[in-house]
Amino acid sequence: MRYFELFAIPVDYNIDLATINKHYLELQRAVHPDRHASSSSRDKLLAVQNAAEINDALQTLKHPVKRAEYMLSELGVDIRAEQQTLQDPLFLMQQMELREELEELENAADPDAAIAQFEAQIKQLDKQYSSELAAQLASNDEQQWQAAADNIRKLKFVYKLRDELERIEDSLFDD
Amino acid sequence: MALLQIAEPGQSAAPHEHKLAVGIDLGTTNSLVATVQSGEARTLTDLAGNAMLPSVVQYQADSIVVGERAAAAATQDPANTLISVKRFLGKTQAEIEKSYGQLPYEFCEHDGSLAISTVAGAISPVTASSEILKALKLRAEDSFAGQDILGAVITVPAYFDDAQRQSTKDAAELAGIKVLRLLNEPTAAAVAYGLDSGQEGIIAVYDLGGGTFDISILRLHQGVFEVLATGGDSSLGGDDFDSLLVEYFKTQTGVSELSASVLRLFINKAKACKEALSQYQTVNVGLEFDGQSHKVEVTRETFDELALSLVKKTLRSCRRAVKDAGIENEEVLQVVMVGGSTRMPIVRSQVAAFFDKEPLTSIDPDRVVALGAALQADVLVGNKPDSDMLLLDVLPLSLGLETMGGLVEKIIPRNTTIPVARAQEFTTFKDGQTAMSLHVLQGERELVDDCRSLAKFSLKGIPAMAAGAAHIRVTFKVDADGLLSVSAMEKSTGVQAEIQVKPSFGLSDDQVANMLKESMTNAKDDMQARMLKEQQVEALRVVEALEASLATDSALLDEQELGALKAEIAKLVAVRESATTPAEIKAAIEAVDNASSEFAARRMDASIKKALQGQSVDEV
Repeated sequence: MRYFELFAIPVDYNIDLATINKHYLELQRAVHPDRHASSSSRDKLLAVQNAAEINDALQTLKHPVKRAEYMLSELGVDIRAEQQTLQDPLFLMQQMELREELEELENAADPDAAIAQFEAQIKQLDKQYSSELAAQLASNDEQQWQAAADNIRKLKFVYKLRDELERIEDSLFDD
Repeated sequence: MALLQIAEPGQSAAPHEHKLAVGIDLGTTNSLVATVQSGEARTLTDLAGNAMLPSVVQYQADSIVVGERAAAAATQDPANTLISVKRFLGKTQAEIEKSYGQLPYEFCEHDGSLAISTVAGAISPVTASSEILKALKLRAEDSFAGQDILGAVITVPAYFDDAQRQSTKDAAELAGIKVLRLLNEPTAAAVAYGLDSGQEGIIAVYDLGGGTFDISILRLHQGVFEVLATGGDSSLGGDDFDSLLVEYFKTQTGVSELSASVLRLFINKAKACKEALSQYQTVNVGLEFDGQSHKVEVTRETFDELALSLVKKTLRSCRRAVKDAGIENEEVLQVVMVGGSTRMPIVRSQVAAFFDKEPLTSIDPDRVVALGAALQADVLVGNKPDSDMLLLDVLPLSLGLETMGGLVEKIIPRNTTIPVARAQEFTTFKDGQTAMSLHVLQGERELVDDCRSLAKFSLKGIPAMAAGAAHIRVTFKVDADGLLSVSAMEKSTGVQAEIQVKPSFGLSDDQVANMLKESMTNAKDDMQARMLKEQQVEALRVVEALEASLATDSALLDEQELGALKAEIAKLVAVRESATTPAEIKAAIEAVDNASSEFAARRMDASIKKALQGQSVDEV
């Protein structure tokens, strides 16, 4: 898998962030356009392209959902642009309840405590859907990959909740 | 195999004379130019020994005055004396009026963009900025008699959006300055401090200038300055504190309607009062105008009360930046203060309380940005081939596209490390649709109306297909200067869609070219001669760069390839001497560029491989 090779790390969903960051800086030191400022315009253009790709690789590897999607797409199951909806009524019901809870947070008697409590729920869900990913993505079994895809779809919902929570926290800050 | 050339440590293999490159801090209130000499960055002064050039341009019927003399004329000639024009870069009249209230200028439209009416005609903020840059360029050239300035690093507020950055670059182009890089002001300050102390860890740069506020959180590690997050307000600065005092003067004197020259008097007095209050507990202000005479007493306590809400506003940006950086306040090792406005005691005490540590002020807050820019310029121009320094900056504001219902879909989120490229796919809405219009926006809000409109694009020549069948891939690229470019293509047919760029603000390329032409005719400068000279400098740069690359990496080419490339270089060297038109040199540069493309690609691959060599083996 290109991105893992680029950063010279083993192909594994569980990553070592410190190593990635260290290698990232080494790579940027080699390709960043500022290191080629006095080169020809062609050199500079290449430098911009390479630096942008390394930045993109870093963003992908660092983000748990993007990393999983990337690994899955390299295995031949690309769900990044899919429009398909999730076929799991129980999960969707739970999501709707969580959304309602989220909207009520601002009006809670103690918003800070309510936010902390909601955050804990999100962390729990994150753990639930990502715990099997490493094994599923390392397997050779296509059924396992489909199971991984299902987990990733659910994780996306969870991360959306997290983003939404952050926005609410921000707006509380600003008052 | 070629023999390796070994040079003494700290020296380049091909010793060249010191190249002249400068760092320019184009500030709202004051501008500075600095350069590195014998390893030391220093600001360059005018004949009177002043490093700071007031960012003031006075237009007269037949002459232009820049700096101190222009500033002195402001009260007598407010309408023609342009002050703090940096605040107007890349903005519309409506935005300016909303942000700054009453101003002593008459705004107008010139060629579809904002300008100010003066006795010398309509002057755009870009043109006025270029006059300031020209004055600084002249100062640098005078300091190094006869030597060409090969390039400049020009600083911009980190929170400047694409239109404001592009306007700054246009101003430099108009002034005849080659921009090596647009550098964010807080990052420049971090460089000046970081290289000074050699410290590692997380630092926060709090930069409150005359018209803009930035907060950047950076991680320093072995010469790499990695910006983790940035935030701020590109229309909040010292000028706004002055406005508070102007309002206070109005209520104290009972004078509510001010003429342009009295308004300028009040602003000047407010500024002086604010500065004096940094030293004294009480300041008495005398206001004399139109036969009236008033005295207003301002205590530090009163001023602090007035100023607190603005300072709190900056702290909110700090909190957000810390959060975006994914760190806690306690992890911040040092807080660096930049910009003249950080001299206000209320600012220092509030920032100290927020980060719970005493901020650093050891380098003059007015000069630190120019010094850092000079250090970066020195590296970029190639004077320090062994430098480890690398600056990794971020996009300050999210980039997005308008979607159905006036909503903005984010394509690249804020605080993404640049350079960056992102693609997004779109499809057609109707059968046989052959064109599509896209609206690019910058900002954090969800609604189009709350974000800044950067450009509107039309994609034309899409092959007629059923609705939803065409796949148009639009690619956004942001370079290391933070500048955006967009390209698009239809995927299934490979048709490159034609893009028309209409910048919503700022100037189009044609406008810049026209202004350049106009300015040269006005100055009775020989345009052809100047362009020839510019191409000669460019040719020299290309030849030197390639020779330096060949000195280290010629082994990447076989004998035939090497011969062909060397022949093109020799041709360029000859054309550079003999050419009488800039076009001849330009063509020769392009020929060398084409001949070196394969070499460039191989060198880049080799450097990527080399970067991680010896690491993967023991760590994997």
